[in-house]
Amino acid sequence: MGLRTPLGRARGLGTGHSGTEHFWRERVTSLAGVPLVAFVIIFIVAMNGADYVSVIQAIHNPFVAIGLVLAIFNLAYHMWLGMQVVVEDYVASKPRRTATLLASTFYCTAVALAAVYAVLKISFGN
Amino acid sequence: MSKGKSHPRPLSPHLQIYTKMLTMMVSISHRITGVALYFGFLALAWWLLAAASGPDYFDFVQTLFGSWLGRLVLFGFTWALVHHALGGIRHMIWDIGYGFELATIEWLARANLAGSIVLTLLIWIVGYWVR
Repeated sequence: MGLRTPLGRARGLGTGHSGTEHFWRERVTSLAGVPLVAFVIIFIVAMNGADYVSVIQAIHNPFVAIGLVLAIFNLAYHMWLGMQVVVEDYVASKPRRTATLLASTFYCTAVALAAVYAVLKISFGN
Repeated sequence: MSKGKSHPRPLSPHLQIYTKMLTMMVSISHRITGVALYFGFLALAWWLLAAASGPDYFDFVQTLFGSWLGRLVLFGFTWALVHHALGGIRHMIWDIGYGFELATIEWLARANLAGSIVLTLLIWIVGYWVR
């Protein structure tokens, strides 16, 4: 049935050449994001009005640090995927679209690594 | 046929022509909150970097975030985060194949909006409580 070649059907990737990969990754990071966001909110609420030493001591706890690092990686990846959809929807010109997507990749990478670095520096420090 | 008079031709549907509906508003706000949170991530990274930089810079950033403007922005980001998270759960329900009845769709949109407001207020009440 249809005009697809058997190989094309087996690959199941369609014209975008990536199939449902993007959709799936967005859902996986979304699912993981629910408990991670809950954790981040609880952490920030608990840190409300806390002084410097208390915050440092809290992030010193490996479980808090691991939770934060997981949340940072997950959320940064999720927002990179999401922004890609938004850009592809609204930026029609190919060069501008590529440039915007590149800028988004750089932004997400930089902001995630900066946040992870900060957490690890505090957690590994004394 | 008319005598060469131009008639308004039917247009393909676009945003201004649809009747505003709650489901549509919640869908749009899911995207807008997503984009806002994309940039809001900077606030989290900044706060963590401030803590990693030392007590003086941390106190400076804490004071900034604790100002009325800072608190207003953080309140907005709290709502955006909760709204987007609940919207994600709503989408997850659809993704696994449930909730496509019109009444359910309408209820989910209301629950998303109401839930985000209630949860945001709750988070801030608890936030002031533990302070």
